[in-house]
Amino acid sequence: MLISCKFPIRFAAVAAIAVASTFAVGAQATDITGAGSSFVYPVVSKWSAAYAEKTGNHINYQSIGSGGGIAQIKAGTVDFGASDMPLDEATLGKFGLGQFPDVIGGIVPAFNVEGVAPGKMVLDGATLADIYLGKITKWNDPAIVKLNPTLKLPAATITVVHRSDGSGTTFNFSDYLSKVSSQWKTKVGEGTAVQWPVGIGGKGNEGVSAYIKQIKNSLGYVEYAYALQNHIGYAVMKNAAGNVVEPTIANFQAAADTADWKHSRNFNLVMTNAPGANAWPITATSWVIMYKQPKNLANAKVAFDFFKWAYEHGQEQARSLDYVPLPPSLVQQIETYWKTEYKM
Amino acid sequence: MQVTRAEQPLARDIDKRSLIDARHDRIFQWVLKFCALLVLATLLGAALSTLWGGHEVLFGHSLHFLASDAWNPVTDDYGALAPIFGTLVTSVIALVLAVPVSFGIAIFLTEIAPTWLRGPVSAAIELLAGIPSIIYGMWGLFVFVPFMANVEPALSNTLGQLPLIGQLFQGPPLGLGLLTAGIVLAVMILPFISSVMREVFQTVPTRLKESSYALGSTTWEVLWDIVLPYTRSAVIGGIFLGLGRALGETMAVTFVLGNSYNITSSLLMPGTSISSSIANEFNEAVGIHRSALIALGFLLFVVTFVVLLVARLMLRQLAKREGK
Amino acid sequence: MSAAGIYLRRRITNAGALIFGSLATALGLLFLVWILWVTISNGISSIHPNLFTKITAYADQGGLSNAIVGSLIMDLMALLICAPIGVMAGTYLAEYANSSRLGSSIRFLNDILLSAPSIVMGLFVYVIIVLPMSNMTHGNVSFSGFAGSVALALIGLPVIVRTTDEMLQLVPGTLREAALSLGVPQWKLTVQVLIRAASSGILTGILLALARLAGETAPLLFTAFGNNFMTLHPLDKMASLPVAIYQYTNDPSPAMHSIAWAGALLITLFVLALSLLTRLLFSRKKVSYE
Repeated sequence: MLISCKFPIRFAAVAAIAVASTFAVGAQATDITGAGSSFVYPVVSKWSAAYAEKTGNHINYQSIGSGGGIAQIKAGTVDFGASDMPLDEATLGKFGLGQFPDVIGGIVPAFNVEGVAPGKMVLDGATLADIYLGKITKWNDPAIVKLNPTLKLPAATITVVHRSDGSGTTFNFSDYLSKVSSQWKTKVGEGTAVQWPVGIGGKGNEGVSAYIKQIKNSLGYVEYAYALQNHIGYAVMKNAAGNVVEPTIANFQAAADTADWKHSRNFNLVMTNAPGANAWPITATSWVIMYKQPKNLANAKVAFDFFKWAYEHGQEQARSLDYVPLPPSLVQQIETYWKTEYKM
Repeated sequence: MQVTRAEQPLARDIDKRSLIDARHDRIFQWVLKFCALLVLATLLGAALSTLWGGHEVLFGHSLHFLASDAWNPVTDDYGALAPIFGTLVTSVIALVLAVPVSFGIAIFLTEIAPTWLRGPVSAAIELLAGIPSIIYGMWGLFVFVPFMANVEPALSNTLGQLPLIGQLFQGPPLGLGLLTAGIVLAVMILPFISSVMREVFQTVPTRLKESSYALGSTTWEVLWDIVLPYTRSAVIGGIFLGLGRALGETMAVTFVLGNSYNITSSLLMPGTSISSSIANEFNEAVGIHRSALIALGFLLFVVTFVVLLVARLMLRQLAKREGK
Repeated sequence: MSAAGIYLRRRITNAGALIFGSLATALGLLFLVWILWVTISNGISSIHPNLFTKITAYADQGGLSNAIVGSLIMDLMALLICAPIGVMAGTYLAEYANSSRLGSSIRFLNDILLSAPSIVMGLFVYVIIVLPMSNMTHGNVSFSGFAGSVALALIGLPVIVRTTDEMLQLVPGTLREAALSLGVPQWKLTVQVLIRAASSGILTGILLALARLAGETAPLLFTAFGNNFMTLHPLDKMASLPVAIYQYTNDPSPAMHSIAWAGALLITLFVLALSLLTRLLFSRKKVSYE
């Protein structure tokens, strides 16, 4: 009885001391906070560790989703936001925001069909759109057979897998389908989440790749790194130039190189279905969003320094995580953009 | 007892003490009441904040939102029917499975197990509550879904052939879907229901139980006729605790439910639930889309309200029939 | 039916019930072992000193030290907030407002809130704490460990209120009458007799609340936010194990996944340890209501 009576008091006392002592430690004011896209989280956090070792400045980036990142930068609770979907001119102007790309990655169609090895299946945009529209339902549909005359495709129903959570991956994938299929554009459209005509939804790249692995005759789309590291069968694609291309870092870079950045305002350009001969058709980027006249100037300066450092020194780390660093011409354009658009 | 000699000072003492006691009592009651009102206020605030956050959808297109099974973020056309359906179905499956099993566990822990075994086993069962829900999700996704994919053909071939309930077990054996989500939920709410049951079963006066045993009752009869009636209201409280968790659970369900805005008659088909829709889309949603998701959160309050109300009315009926 | 027949049927029913009880327990334990085994076998490769010494900023070459510390601070702060308030509110419901209208409406609302999606609690705290703080400090303090603990406290609160209320109502009225007849004031009766008599049940409620809030991710995303670096200050953005797990499971790298599993194992062990510890401390007392 005595113990039971004393225990909470002692516990409370100890806890109170613990809380009091933690309050006594001063808050670190040099922390830069960023939030948004989960697509860039792995690489930004890698960069931040290296940058902290070099400069002592902490870049604290958290993946709360692109929508969350946009909302938080608007609310002024973070120093920069990151989004997989570019903001339009009206929004940028209204809030006094500017945006620039930070890193590039690829999205690949992934499948699980017995007897077909990774990289051996060829798909094109129209076929992919028809599968996701529910118009093509069997693997031995003439449209797929025509692209893959040598493959033995089963007469099985395709189980379509898509992302259930709102994501930049879905935005780029649906944007691509809208560009290559007018029916997709009118019936479904593009967005971080859409009304899928068919299929089941997996949470995150994780959920989609698990479903594809587990369910025979399934087809889905995941970030390139997932297909690679989880050994899922990925398809090769016929691109806008009519060439069949592999999802490789070089081909992602080709898409970034040939995308028309020069004529984009505020880098508002989605580079799916890029025109280059070797361009991988579903290549994606992510944007950093910052105030043109930041509330906290010192913090903003550190943030710019961080991204400058990342463009110059973070390339190796980006490649090791299967991202593609920005092409030098684009980096130059961004640095000019900083000088002209941001009042520092 | 030397009452007479100490009468005067003692009386004054008692007067003084009872005055102080009365004051302490008042203060004590005020503090308690303040806490209760604080709970009321914060919880009410949380509920109202969803009403406020979802007002665009709730008041703008209320009928359409309630009656439609569309969910189209591109055209901003939202209906809550499919998520409500999925939430109710998975929670019912979870309760149907978890309540009897929890009762069994509580029986085991209070009546069957040797005393030395009770502590460790009950701590182990409670541990099920301590596993983060995202881990239930991961386990569900990587281990339980493939397991169910192997079990489901057997279900379709046996239960699926029966008249009426056969409809519930049709469809391709994907492994994921309403049934799988319901089972995972059942495991998650098990510790909530069984812990409360075990705890309240122990509070039944030994006298009552022993009298019944003395009349020749079996353990089961004591449980069913003495223990359960004595603790009924608390047992129902425990079930509500579990139901609450089941209705609102997000992460675990999201990984195994299939997340498609469907209303199907088969439990083997994918569906969606209110909380998993919120968890899935909230981070990326802006504008009307976000408003629709918060409105879903408000609807979960409404659904829970209705479920609890129905449960309460049923209990009252039960009590009436027993002549209380 | 003959007397012997009835007797036999009763015996069979009884045996059936006992077998059912044992099987149900075995089933529950089976699921526990199954899930734990999956967790351990996936996370064992990451149980490594690095896990406790390195911060999350180093990703797959790092650990979870800042997340562990953040979770400990926020979980304990949350418990310090919700346990006293919850127990007192539950006491009020059971002892003072048992059949009043106020009591039954609080009880009803509390039951409804048990099922509130946890992200809603996070959103609520974001609106009432994070945004005002950010406005008051011009963005210097916005998301914080403190806001995170308040959100977690709101998750645990209804569980504690519910169990305290139930457990106190099970304390026989005779105990109250006995104490009151001795002239014990009501507050003393409540604190020293009733709460003590129901302490093991109330404790169960607090542990269930802790178990529930320790694994929550959604309410922390928009309140504590997360931090890739170590911090002890409650007004800093703070890392937590569930958020780290959530982010790591979304990473392509299998190395990150196994750190996530290891983090899950840590949460589970933390809840187990606390549960055993408190049970041990309380095991000596078993109140009989005779």
